[in-house]
Amino acid sequence: MATSDSHERRRMALYGWMLLAPALIMLTTFAFLPTVSALWRSFFSRETSRNPSEFIGLENYEYLFQDPVFWQVATNNLIYAGVTIPVSIVIALGMALWANSKMQGRTFLRIAYFTPTMLPMIAAANLWLFFYTPDIGLIDSITALFGAEPVNWLGQPETALWAVIVVTIWKEAGFYMIFYLAALQTIPPDLREAAIIEGASRWTYLRRILLPLLMPTTLFVMINAMINSVKLIDHLFILTKGGPNNASKLLLYWIWETAFSYFDRPMAAALTVLVLAVLGLVAILQFRGLEGRIHYR
Amino acid sequence: MNTDAFLRLEGLAKRWGDHVGLRQLDLNIQRGEFIVLLGPSGCGKSTTLRLIAGLEMPSEGRLWIDGRDVTSMPPAKRGLSMVFQSYALFPHLSVAENIQFGLKVRRMPAAQRAERLARALRMTGLEGFEDRKPAQLSGGQRQRVALARTVVADHPLCLMDEPLSNLDAKLRHSVRQDIRALQQDLGMTVIYVTHDQTEAMGMADRIVLLNEGRVEQIGTPEELYEQPATLFAAGFLGSPPMTFFPVTILPEALKPADANLPDSCVVGVRPENLDIGADSPEGLSAQVENSEFLGAETLVYLNCAGRSMVARIPGRAGFDEKQNVGLTWDTDNVHLFDETTGQRLDSRGPGAAGSHDRRDESNPVGQLASQ
Repeated sequence: MATSDSHERRRMALYGWMLLAPALIMLTTFAFLPTVSALWRSFFSRETSRNPSEFIGLENYEYLFQDPVFWQVATNNLIYAGVTIPVSIVIALGMALWANSKMQGRTFLRIAYFTPTMLPMIAAANLWLFFYTPDIGLIDSITALFGAEPVNWLGQPETALWAVIVVTIWKEAGFYMIFYLAALQTIPPDLREAAIIEGASRWTYLRRILLPLLMPTTLFVMINAMINSVKLIDHLFILTKGGPNNASKLLLYWIWETAFSYFDRPMAAALTVLVLAVLGLVAILQFRGLEGRIHYR
Repeated sequence: MNTDAFLRLEGLAKRWGDHVGLRQLDLNIQRGEFIVLLGPSGCGKSTTLRLIAGLEMPSEGRLWIDGRDVTSMPPAKRGLSMVFQSYALFPHLSVAENIQFGLKVRRMPAAQRAERLARALRMTGLEGFEDRKPAQLSGGQRQRVALARTVVADHPLCLMDEPLSNLDAKLRHSVRQDIRALQQDLGMTVIYVTHDQTEAMGMADRIVLLNEGRVEQIGTPEELYEQPATLFAAGFLGSPPMTFFPVTILPEALKPADANLPDSCVVGVRPENLDIGADSPEGLSAQVENSEFLGAETLVYLNCAGRSMVARIPGRAGFDEKQNVGLTWDTDNVHLFDETTGQRLDSRGPGAAGSHDRRDESNPVGQLASQ
């Protein structure tokens, strides 16, 4: 009896591992192993023709923290995330509320909002490159009508990062709107009518009923927006290449530069590890902080 | 026209493009009345309720609540509460928060709010459930939360949109009595929408029977059952339904006494008024298809010249299948209608003498004509 019991248990365990295997193999090959290998490589020095790579412990990290460019890029990325995440979420919510209302041509409105999402980032960046072009670009052509001086939006340190931020928001908001729109359509219209009869204003309904019910979507969108604020750098290649003078450089772009332009792989690995650590920490905080206050249906 | 009515609808109509929701409705409701809007789906009963609530704007007509013209007022200003078919509870709020939502919106002081909440919880038997979320409640409890919401609101008018349709049959009966008791305790005026005639008959002070956006009849349950004003009213109320015979197929003995009835006259007989006897020239020949013994009564399904009908016999009936029988009835216990106009032809029928004088005010045709 006992032997057949343990036999059975072993069979179930094997069954469990077999079910896990596909995901485990894929994740290990493409996520866990590269992470560990990046961590390992970040402890070595850069290999040159004269000096072979050698173990230097945390020196790469020390060097990074002393590098002013690192702090500038990190600050850039913080501003970038701090602006693109909330602004694209608020715009997405606003557009979703509007596109969800009963009105003529709302299908057209939804498609219009979603178009930027369907465009590849490179194409979107090229489009905006034309908008931003000094003198002959769309923006300068319009401001010139009001007698304003032409501005080199992408070419000066004060505006370059903001120009990039605008493109990102334009690209992302439509995507997040789709999630909000889907969530809004699951909220029964009775709730709004009940709130209206109870005397709630539109604003009260939005704040007390709609936003709490949309919280699961907001959390999902927030984490996606956060990941994108680090991950999405395609447009930098077209628009500014991180310049001028690192003014619009973001972390991932800098990692790419370090690894493939300066060929300092260990330094790039150290940067990657830092980014991963921060992202992981923030994701945990987001889940922890919001989980308790979210109502999942 | 009665001007001291608590709720007054005057020529209320609603159209969406070509689609007619409500043709025209005139109605006076007294304070404390329990009014049921009854009719098949698509008859305009929910539209009427939403017009009264202010969730829809009427295409025509005016609406007074307690002497105030509220036609163009937003719902919150009309001083009413509403129970939705889905209960419309806020899923992220606890029972207590759901009940108090409207009071908070109106910025009522916390102490007064707590007092009202406690009273509402007591009246609806929800004590101990304050902190639960709607998802943690049974259907009946959710329904009671929706009722508690109307109790705390303390509005004199309460609208209910099929509040029992999501409950199982057993619960429905007891909640029916709870709602009626609550209404009496609070002295609320209730407008209650349903398509279920037993709910309507059991709860209503007066029933407004609607069909295709038009009033068929307004009256007490007794009036509607005993004096149906139209063919539709006669066929809709009563289960099993009334059987109709064209006057032309009836044998002499069963023809109504009035000599000058048109050929389009149909004779309606309630199942309980159909007598089954031996086949004879005085009666209508019919064949028993089968019968259902229900305890206190037996339903006998009959086929009379291709027409199927049901007779209700007290106790046991004891007919064989395929047995040939004769149908007769007391010619005073019938309802006569004109098939072309759908209107009632006489004032004969059970209880006719007593309710005759009240018929005029409940007759929608008379009311429309008086405009």
